[in-house]
Amino acid sequence: MTPITTPCDLNHRSLARFPVSKTIALSQRLLFRRAFRTPRVRLLFKDIEHLLRLAAVMLIALVAFVVLRAAVVPKSFGQYGHYRGDAIAELAARPVAHAGHEVCEGCHTDVVDQKKLGRHAGLHCEVCHGPQARHADDPASVKPLLPDTTVICARCHEANSAKPHSFPQVASADHSGGLSCNTCHQPHRPKIEDRGKPATGAKK
Amino acid sequence: MHIPVEGFMYPNEVELQWSVLIVLYPFITGLVAGAFILASLERVFRVQAVKPTYRLALLTALSFLLVAPLPLQLHLGHPERSLEMYLTPHRSSAMAMFGFVYLWYLMAVLLLEIWLDYRRDIVLKSQTAKGLPRLIYRILTLGSDVLSDRSLRIDERLGYFITLIGIPSAFLLHGYVGFIFGSVKANPWWSSPLMPIVFIFSAMVSGIAAVMLLYMLSSRLRGKQIDIRCLDKIAQYLMYTFIIDFSLEMLDLLQRIYEADESFRSLDFMVHTRLWTSQVIVQILLGTVTPIALLGLTQLFSLTESIRKRIYAVAGCLTVIGIFAMRWNVVIGGQLFSKSFLGYTSYKMGFATREGLLTAIILMILPFIILWILVKILPPWTDEESTSASEAIPVHAAS
Amino acid sequence: MDITRRRLLVLLPAAAVAWEFVRAGTPESAPNYKTSEHWWGMLIDITECIGCGSCVRACAQENDVPDGYYRTWIERYHVTDYAIERPQVESPNGGKEGFPMNEDSSGKNFFVPKLCNHCADSPCTQVCPVGATFVSPDGVVLVDKNYCLGCRYCVQACPYGCRFINPKTNTADKCSLCYHRITKGLTTACAEVCPTGARQLADLKNPKDPIHEYLRTHSVQILKPHMATGAKVFYNGMDGSVR
Repeated sequence: MTPITTPCDLNHRSLARFPVSKTIALSQRLLFRRAFRTPRVRLLFKDIEHLLRLAAVMLIALVAFVVLRAAVVPKSFGQYGHYRGDAIAELAARPVAHAGHEVCEGCHTDVVDQKKLGRHAGLHCEVCHGPQARHADDPASVKPLLPDTTVICARCHEANSAKPHSFPQVASADHSGGLSCNTCHQPHRPKIEDRGKPATGAKK
Repeated sequence: MHIPVEGFMYPNEVELQWSVLIVLYPFITGLVAGAFILASLERVFRVQAVKPTYRLALLTALSFLLVAPLPLQLHLGHPERSLEMYLTPHRSSAMAMFGFVYLWYLMAVLLLEIWLDYRRDIVLKSQTAKGLPRLIYRILTLGSDVLSDRSLRIDERLGYFITLIGIPSAFLLHGYVGFIFGSVKANPWWSSPLMPIVFIFSAMVSGIAAVMLLYMLSSRLRGKQIDIRCLDKIAQYLMYTFIIDFSLEMLDLLQRIYEADESFRSLDFMVHTRLWTSQVIVQILLGTVTPIALLGLTQLFSLTESIRKRIYAVAGCLTVIGIFAMRWNVVIGGQLFSKSFLGYTSYKMGFATREGLLTAIILMILPFIILWILVKILPPWTDEESTSASEAIPVHAAS
Repeated sequence: MDITRRRLLVLLPAAAVAWEFVRAGTPESAPNYKTSEHWWGMLIDITECIGCGSCVRACAQENDVPDGYYRTWIERYHVTDYAIERPQVESPNGGKEGFPMNEDSSGKNFFVPKLCNHCADSPCTQVCPVGATFVSPDGVVLVDKNYCLGCRYCVQACPYGCRFINPKTNTADKCSLCYHRITKGLTTACAEVCPTGARQLADLKNPKDPIHEYLRTHSVQILKPHMATGAKVFYNGMDGSVR
């Protein structure tokens, strides 16, 4: 292993021989066109040919990136902030599933009148009947199913110590013994003594 | 798939988000940063003893760095959109900035340094090799075969500057991985200002240990004598960085125990149950205390060369396992407890799934295959081949 | 009479007008909605919640939320007087089917509905590497599922566990505060179906919104205030054990 001139060896020795100031001076001379004609600089130019080629490769990659970026980034990106501006409109354009009680009440005025008198007055239709936008879209062919009162009533009224104490709740096994709730209660106007009385508000 | 839950998890928390692949990612980038820092010891800090590993460390760093983004890609829900990280990076996101740190490190530091360091060999081989290798070497020369003394000196000087920039870059690379976790304020297991520093030191530990093992293994495979002076020096550096790393981790632990904030009870329970094996047994006892003690033995007593070699081999293996366990405990451990601090979920690793064990094993083998190819193309050995290469120099340099 | 008219099987004019409005397009094209005029949040009254799960079901139907994932969910708390820091909490199936009767009626029991807090300084949008999740100009934290990478960093960053990866799209998903409804003048699906009015959509920029009077007159809290996320879901009657 006598005269191994690995690049590492060259490195340490060359450090002293090749100070920074000299590099700067050389590169400064490169800037002047006239200097190109001097043989010394032409020699340097030859010595750093591989680095210039490397710089060219990097520059091409950078330009390719900039071009790609301009081509690929969505036009609306950055419209309101660091995101695709069109995303807001896309999210807002999603069709609704629950029509909302105002739409229901436009047609089902009879139920509204009934509900008004009982304790379910504040309940919106889709609490029990489920999402009805498709029914609102096409009332003729899309018919909502009648909810099963044994299931639907218990969800709210089954006794549970975590429910507020003032909320009406029963243990359904003791309360009805398996009978469905609408045997006795009319869901739109649940208080039993109200049953059979005219719905149009003759009472009170 | 049913995931066993203990206590209460927020319902969306039951499923783990980051799998074993995300454990691999900081592990692999850690090896990269560590290997590079070892390489720069020779060049910047003039530690002549570790020279035999200089080029090997650089190639190791490159082969692991090339694999580092793969686990992330495989993990993404939409890998085809990953370029968005570069096209529209979000400045406030640690992950987006990491993309650039990675690219900087790969293109501006590692590839450039290796290219400058090997350029003479590449040019010489492009003139002597035949067939496909010749084409590869010719492409690598970028069409310039200038090998004048001056050009080599310029390369050396530039290479030195790049190494100089490379050290903070390597710190940045892995410190940033630490920051990706350390900056998540919602997660008390991660959220810590010490995280980047702990990650940097553990990266150095794992990288140094890995290069040490690779050096021993490659010497054995090539039937060459191990340079024991070099090995002693590397082992010494390994011990010192390991002691710093361990102190930092213990400092973090002490602070957590003493402060005992709202998350402490929950995390403490987790360490004593679900993380007991991987954290206390594997990471701390087996993967940290044991190798430090073993390395300490070689410093305190004058042991024979063959015993020292064996101790280094054992300590090196334990270290790499210990650092892997550390990554596991950070990534997986940070997702096992509920952010309500009221319960725990569990991680079930698949086998032949996209993010399963098999994928992880393949991803861990891949860097070694790349390294093998790199070593074939760019031999890093300083003992035999380079002698013949350097003999060839005067001929070409003169022409 | 009403019934016969209903049998015509067409929408009556009042409903038709309302429905037309609902089906109107984007906020830009809908003349009634300007993003700059709103700043959305939600009010939740824990003292009114009965844990029926209507909100969870309605949310899943309105937004196609896959089973096992929740844009909103309900938790039941059980707190005994000596263990305020260690409540027992459960949320079977996110409370979608309600809650079974709890055996132990000692101590304090109550329900807490949860959803995205639509934080003004949201940690999840901060960490998104590509700008696929963001706070909209009207204060709603949204996900652009056509841009999301599925890196899951935002899921990790949310302190409230509100985000998940939708297995159908492989992108991040979360409560959008029914953005497609509120921009059309409707309330959210969860508030629409809440039988007790425990959930109320609130527009903090609208001076006529009852939220202002409510916030003035009640002791209202947000979740995990120490996280400094600028949460905009306000809880009335919330116990100190809630987290």
